[in-house]
Amino acid sequence: MLTKRIIACLDVDAGRVVKGVRFLDLRDAGDPAELASAHSRAGADEIVLLDISATHQNRAILLDAVRRAARELFVPFTVGGGIRSLEDAAAVFAAGADKISINSAALADPTLITRIAERYGSQAVIVAVDAKRLPRANGACWEVRSAGGRKPTGRDALEWVREAESRGAGEFLLTSMDRDGTGSGFDCELTAAVVGATSIPVIASGGAGGPQHFVTVFREGRADAALAASIFHFGLNSVAELKQELRAAGIPVRWPC
Amino acid sequence: MIAIVDYRAGNLVSVKKAVDRLGFTCAITSDPAVVERAEKVIVPGVGHFAATATLTDTGLREAIANVFRHGTPFFGICVGMQWMFESSEEAPGTAGLGVFPGQCTHFSPEVKAPHVGWNDLEIEAGSQLLRGVPSGAFVYFTHSYRAPLVAGTVARCDYGGLFSAAVECGHLFGVQFHPEKSGETGLAILDNFCRF
Repeated sequence: MLTKRIIACLDVDAGRVVKGVRFLDLRDAGDPAELASAHSRAGADEIVLLDISATHQNRAILLDAVRRAARELFVPFTVGGGIRSLEDAAAVFAAGADKISINSAALADPTLITRIAERYGSQAVIVAVDAKRLPRANGACWEVRSAGGRKPTGRDALEWVREAESRGAGEFLLTSMDRDGTGSGFDCELTAAVVGATSIPVIASGGAGGPQHFVTVFREGRADAALAASIFHFGLNSVAELKQELRAAGIPVRWPC
Repeated sequence: MIAIVDYRAGNLVSVKKAVDRLGFTCAITSDPAVVERAEKVIVPGVGHFAATATLTDTGLREAIANVFRHGTPFFGICVGMQWMFESSEEAPGTAGLGVFPGQCTHFSPEVKAPHVGWNDLEIEAGSQLLRGVPSGAFVYFTHSYRAPLVAGTVARCDYGGLFSAAVECGHLFGVQFHPEKSGETGLAILDNFCRF
């Protein structure tokens, strides 16, 4: 049976992990290669590395971190942050990434999705979507935001995911701007709406505050995968512990891992 | 030396990295002469079945046909495995190698395509490629087309019905999943091939 994926996310600034899933006795901040490998051993089904600074001068440092992380990683490895062109994507793939994640650059020029997909395959292109709920009298509606959620685009999230899929996106990384950092649970209504609007896998992100929130987003949000950031906030030491909780609740996960 | 055949489809870095890690010498090549001389040949592949037409155009198909005749161990991964069948619905005009009979078809409409993620294998006893891998082991898939069950099927997977996850015929092997992305299980399978 196809299992639900738990994806460990590491936020990297100037080549160091500044926020991420805490693993056993390793400290949060640390070396991306070391932490990526540790999360893989602890049961993460995939690793995402997000370059949160994404400045020009940090690019070489990022590529070096990607190269070192990829060397010891034998599960799918995604790199995002600051990819603005086919050349940027090519450099990240050459360093050892299996997939790239693009967000603002895809909104500014949706043909970028197609150009990367034609060269590397759709399975290698994740479109990250930051969605914010709009107040509306009849039914729910979400607006896409760019620039790390700061900039409203005026675009309807469901309309954007349909376009991105038709242009060659292989998966969506969907973050609820309303829930991100709150610990109040994933936005299952948003997740289910995006899952219903497209036929490609959806990775839910934003708002996890406990294992039960993962159970709910898989069951009610119909997410294919969920991003785990900072799970130590709810008293777990590793992805394996989270997966044990999911198994007990009857969610299919890769086990043993 | 193990030749990893480059036909300009997707990214071959991860396959090379896994073979390197297992301690075997390998090289990414698009030179038919290098492929023919290699001790073992891997055809990786992500992307479209039509990309395999490049193999014909560049003389690599002929080199691989010679590899088959010489008894050189051969390993097709993902589209590389699908290419070992007769054809695929994805590119009806492109002929496969026909090592295994039948056509690769799109997933049934009741399941989401592509099939992305970790799924478990039902393994046949006696497989050389999957030696030591228990039935129920999880591996990583990403594909929209699936190969039919054939006499050479050594592992089945269920996603909207059973399909061939691994095939084997003498010294010729193929897997639909990505052993280079399937953790310790995947590395064990690649190791079995590299030692064959």
